[in-house]
Amino acid sequence: MAEREERRFAQVSRESVTLMAESAGVELGEEIAAVLAEDVCYRLREAAQSSSQFMKHAKRKKLTVEDFNRALRWSNVEAICGYGAQDTLPFRSVKEGELFFVEDREINLIELALATNIPKGCAETMVRVNVAYLDGKGNMELQGAVPAAVQSLSDDLLKYYQQITRAILGDDPHLMKVALLDLQSNSKIAALLPYFVYVISGVKSVSHDLEQLNRLLHMVRSLVQNPYLYLGSYVRSLVSSVMYCILEPLAASINPLNDHWTLRDYAALLLSNIFWTHGDLVSGLYHQILLSLQKVLSDPVRPLCSHYGAVVGLHALGWKAVEKVLFPHLPAYWANLQAVLDDYSVSNAQVKADGHKVYGAILVAVERLLKMKALSLSHPGEWCVNAQTGSLAAAVGYRSPGLSPPPESLSEAAFGIASHLQAGSGGCPWEEWAPVSLPAMYLELYSFFGDSLAVRFSTGPGLDSYPYCPSTLLREPKKEALGQGSNSDTARKMPQLTANLSISPRRDGSPRTDPPPPSLAAAGPGRSLARSSSAQRSRYSSSRSGQRLTGLPRDVFPKARFSSPQNGPPTFTFVIGGRQMGQRCQGRRPFQTVFAPTPPPSAVPPRAYAHKLPVIGRVGKPVRRWTCSHYSLLLPL
Amino acid sequence: MAAVQGGMVDEKEEVDIKTEPQSDGFVNTNATDGRQLSPSPGSSSSAGSSKTAAGAPEDQQTLLAVLQFLRKNKLTESVEILRREAGLPEDALDSKGVDCGAPGSGGSAGGVDGLDAGSLLSRVTVSSSAGTPAPTKAAVADDQPDVSVVLSAYSQQGDPALYKVYYSDLKKFIESVLDCHRAELSQVFYPLFVHMYLELVYNNHESEAKAFFQKFSGDQECYYEDDLRVLSSLTKKEHMRGNETLLDFRTSKFVLRISRDSYQLLKRHLQERQNNQIWNIIQEHLYIDIFDGMPRSKSQIDAMSGSLAGEAKREANKAKVYYGLLKEPEIELPLDDEDEEAENEEGKPKKKKPKKDSMGSKSKKQDPNAPSQNRIPLPELKDSDKLDKIMYMKEATKRIRLGPENLPSICFYTFLNAYQGLTAVDFTDDSSLIAGGFADSTVRVWSVTPKKLRKVKSAADLNLIDKESDDVLERIMDEKTASESKVLYGHSGPVYGISFSPDRNYLLSSSEDGTVRLWSLLTFTCLVGYKGHNYPVWDTQFSPYGYYFVSGGHDRVARLWATDHYQPLRIFAGHLADVTCTRFHPNSNYVATGSSDRTIRLWDVLTGNCVRIFTGHKGPIHTLAFSPNGKFLASGATDGRVLLWDIGHGLMVSELKGHTDTIYALRFSRDGEILASGSMDNTVRLWNAAKAFDDLETDDFTAATGHIHLQDNSPELLLGTYMSKSTPVIHLHFTRRNLLLAAGSYAA
Repeated sequence: MAEREERRFAQVSRESVTLMAESAGVELGEEIAAVLAEDVCYRLREAAQSSSQFMKHAKRKKLTVEDFNRALRWSNVEAICGYGAQDTLPFRSVKEGELFFVEDREINLIELALATNIPKGCAETMVRVNVAYLDGKGNMELQGAVPAAVQSLSDDLLKYYQQITRAILGDDPHLMKVALLDLQSNSKIAALLPYFVYVISGVKSVSHDLEQLNRLLHMVRSLVQNPYLYLGSYVRSLVSSVMYCILEPLAASINPLNDHWTLRDYAALLLSNIFWTHGDLVSGLYHQILLSLQKVLSDPVRPLCSHYGAVVGLHALGWKAVEKVLFPHLPAYWANLQAVLDDYSVSNAQVKADGHKVYGAILVAVERLLKMKALSLSHPGEWCVNAQTGSLAAAVGYRSPGLSPPPESLSEAAFGIASHLQAGSGGCPWEEWAPVSLPAMYLELYSFFGDSLAVRFSTGPGLDSYPYCPSTLLREPKKEALGQGSNSDTARKMPQLTANLSISPRRDGSPRTDPPPPSLAAAGPGRSLARSSSAQRSRYSSSRSGQRLTGLPRDVFPKARFSSPQNGPPTFTFVIGGRQMGQRCQGRRPFQTVFAPTPPPSAVPPRAYAHKLPVIGRVGKPVRRWTCSHYSLLLPL
Repeated sequence: MAAVQGGMVDEKEEVDIKTEPQSDGFVNTNATDGRQLSPSPGSSSSAGSSKTAAGAPEDQQTLLAVLQFLRKNKLTESVEILRREAGLPEDALDSKGVDCGAPGSGGSAGGVDGLDAGSLLSRVTVSSSAGTPAPTKAAVADDQPDVSVVLSAYSQQGDPALYKVYYSDLKKFIESVLDCHRAELSQVFYPLFVHMYLELVYNNHESEAKAFFQKFSGDQECYYEDDLRVLSSLTKKEHMRGNETLLDFRTSKFVLRISRDSYQLLKRHLQERQNNQIWNIIQEHLYIDIFDGMPRSKSQIDAMSGSLAGEAKREANKAKVYYGLLKEPEIELPLDDEDEEAENEEGKPKKKKPKKDSMGSKSKKQDPNAPSQNRIPLPELKDSDKLDKIMYMKEATKRIRLGPENLPSICFYTFLNAYQGLTAVDFTDDSSLIAGGFADSTVRVWSVTPKKLRKVKSAADLNLIDKESDDVLERIMDEKTASESKVLYGHSGPVYGISFSPDRNYLLSSSEDGTVRLWSLLTFTCLVGYKGHNYPVWDTQFSPYGYYFVSGGHDRVARLWATDHYQPLRIFAGHLADVTCTRFHPNSNYVATGSSDRTIRLWDVLTGNCVRIFTGHKGPIHTLAFSPNGKFLASGATDGRVLLWDIGHGLMVSELKGHTDTIYALRFSRDGEILASGSMDNTVRLWNAAKAFDDLETDDFTAATGHIHLQDNSPELLLGTYMSKSTPVIHLHFTRRNLLLAAGSYAA
């Protein structure tokens, strides 16, 4: 009976009625207000009760606004409009006035109308069947299901298996971390490996659930990094699971709000990690991976997210893979991508956004290709002594050695994914590949990317962050210590945009207040940002674009490009791109126009460029703990 | 007289007035000796005169009332026709008007007096004379004619301050009686409490009413909580008008079953104390069903109570119900079938043949409890139906025999991306199609076999077809339209009920928009919209033989329809609240309806009579299922309990407790061994139905008195609990081979 008394129901006080009457311009007597209040209470409860009937018949537990409106309609009362949203309405209070109100924010219609990520609408309703229980027997576990075969294991192992899978796939992030750490270091789990591999192969059944996919990938990483485990032929299974995450048009991708890009990036990293550490276990794995990546890339029917996966996959496999597969394929692919990017129709907005992602990924990949190629060429030659040490170090690309393990320690079980990647680029077995000469390659790429390539190239953190840049390569040796500025600084520098663009290459003395963040922005999303959703990303977009415009051009290589192919590889001279702008203009228009040599009107606010720049996975935020030199789409672990 | 056990009429027995068919509470003809104060001499005398009217007075009164109503609404032609039909003289309306008007307004006369009745009558009969000032109560009566009359019964009032005293006095008395009587007499508390509270509210004693509620609401049984909540919000006389729960209370008498001894105790006490207030309420608003013998125990009472209007009267469940199955038509099994040949080659013909024979002989036997074959006309079997029957029999031979050791496999059909809200699901009997009704007014049909859904070609294309060819049925289909699913648009509100026809050619859907629609699954268009309910239609179902269907909705009636009639054939009225679910008996002669008034009723399709009332649920009933042999009925409600009923004896058989939320789906396995229940708590539970029915002791005493002894054996009967992945189970279906299919939409 006590319970019953605890139940409270809607009360509308006399004061509220008076207040509402006043706001409607009616003076109410005290008594009338009291009577009205009481009647309103009763009617409210009555409507609530009859609306609950609609809820029950709709077989729901949640009373919706629609239910209430139906009840009103059947009692001949006008329905209340404007509260039809499925989400819960935030009910806020004003402390001072003891006022409660439903938050009803104004919506900027212009923003809404011009928004590029237009939801596609929900997917088709469908029915899927699964055998839940066979002969009345099934597992009662909701998660961490145990395959029948596992039951033959010893009790301890079985328990371990159950605990680990449940922890990893469960809801508790802390528990998951612990489980992953243990999986990474436990020396006695060899017997369980097949089962874990089996669990991981479940990626295909959870392609709608990013969270679960992520967890499974974490599991892969832990297994791969466990020094006591001999993966053997299970590598192939793991690789195929990871490739699934990279390449497949996951069900989760349907919703543009789902950040499946990060998942693909992470999976790509993982792929390179597996390959460089365990690739020797399966012969021909590299070729197989390359082939499947190539197949996806050359299949125009595949969605853009698959292409993106292929590009980041190639990128992760090293610059030689990029050179071998992506570069020759680029002219053919470019036509398709260009068509997507140039379609400004509203219906294309989502596809276009996806296209920009691919564009960005390609850009990152080819930049590193160029850079690495340049370094690999410069390394053997004696014509660039200074560059020797620098380039190698730059190639590895760590700013502070303490944060990123040196190449020698790559095989260690530390978080060395980025390093693995780098080391791999050095030891790529793809030796017989006949390379295109660097200038030719650059020219070709420049024809695609225009200035954005130069900008990106110039801001490569590996070169930028290296303190002693060879003067032949880097015309603007850094004079300022790194890390002086901050993001806000760069933002304030925005007015210098035009001045920066007109700086001559020789004017080294321009104050290097430019902080590493912009360059690192190119390097990759920081620890926090990688986790950020696309929404967060867009929040940063304005400041990011500002950095691009101000910080980047003033970087070491503002507008750098090869002067001419005739100069030949031995002599690397970089001419500021700004001068020759417009000579070859087949590239992407937005990027060339943005960085046109003629000083752009400073009146143009940086924000205007914001949405001209492709929305790609680079964000202007410093990487705090460790850097990864080239891999811009790096996901922190 | 049936209320008095044994047929003996005790001269002190006042309750015999309850045997009058007129259940409405405002005729107090000969109940006068029990009360000290007759509310109105005028009304009682006029009621007396109505008694003396020739023929069946109630019938005539009803007729006259109808005539008056028609005349009031100026339907003169209808008045003429009805009068001719009824053979009433033209002046009957006027001369007998006083007689018939008086009982109707008898209650209201209590407060005002006979003159009021007269003016009310004059308003009713001479509607053209608009100048006549209508009494205030008549104005109230405008929108709902009987409300003011009903409510006015409360106008007799005692001292409001004394209500508490009366009630606590009775409470004290009941608490002091012997234990064996206490449980029975305690049943009086709830209806008394409600009526006293309503009287206080009606007479504008708001503060007293509130105090009364506060003081005694805690004493009531917990299963009345929902009703009490409604009551508690009702504190004004104006609110009483149009409140359905209240109307239910007033228009129907709360039925209590009390043993003779207990009843005598109560009566003596009340007479000694001159506690007229309570005695009046008992007289007017309660129906006390007295039986001879031992008083019932608390658990026995609790098992049966909980409905909106008390228990079912015993005589309500006395009618004979032909629950047996109809004889299956004899269909020759084509023995030269390919399968058979193949099996013959394997050398198993001997096993097969006797089986066939036994099946044939089984269907030849006429069940003694079955209705005659043509009790209600059933559609003739078409060739395709026969083919389907053959398929059914073939499948049946491959059926898995289920039992506690052999539980069915469960397949779950999950509706993905059902953002619009899945509200109803149905499978065809052969499990080839699944249909979903959605809150966005659409109906979607999927094929769950590789065979895609196709439309029939257009009329022009159909002309080109060779109609003589053997595969003409195949040729009429338009390959171009083949798809896995089809969407049916037509409703303008959520689709709450959905049902395939047995031949799979039609689909029924009922919706919030008040219509039931019939869809063709050949053209995937709407064929008919059946209008009649005017309020949301909560459920609909095809008869197992097709052609007929039943629907039930917010208007508290269930309707029986035939697909080729745009008006209902039968209206089953009697529930006090929404009819939430409707099911056909396997022999198609009966319809079961479950309601928000927490009762289940069984209706005879032939006569339209209510033949069974089952009480015992403590919440609105949301699903029903007949056992395949037609003997038993299972019901599931919001209280999370499944109750099993013996239809023949009209008794509760078992109570299955385990679910923690509303049960939305119930289904017996094909051989009736297992009962599956699906609930909002995301589980499917399997129950040993065979054991529950075997345990049933149907001795004559239990059958005669309806006093059941339920042992709490749910844990033994529960065979398994199966969780879905956060998907409420809203439909269950056993395939012909006894594979259990469950359906629901994923609730993220």
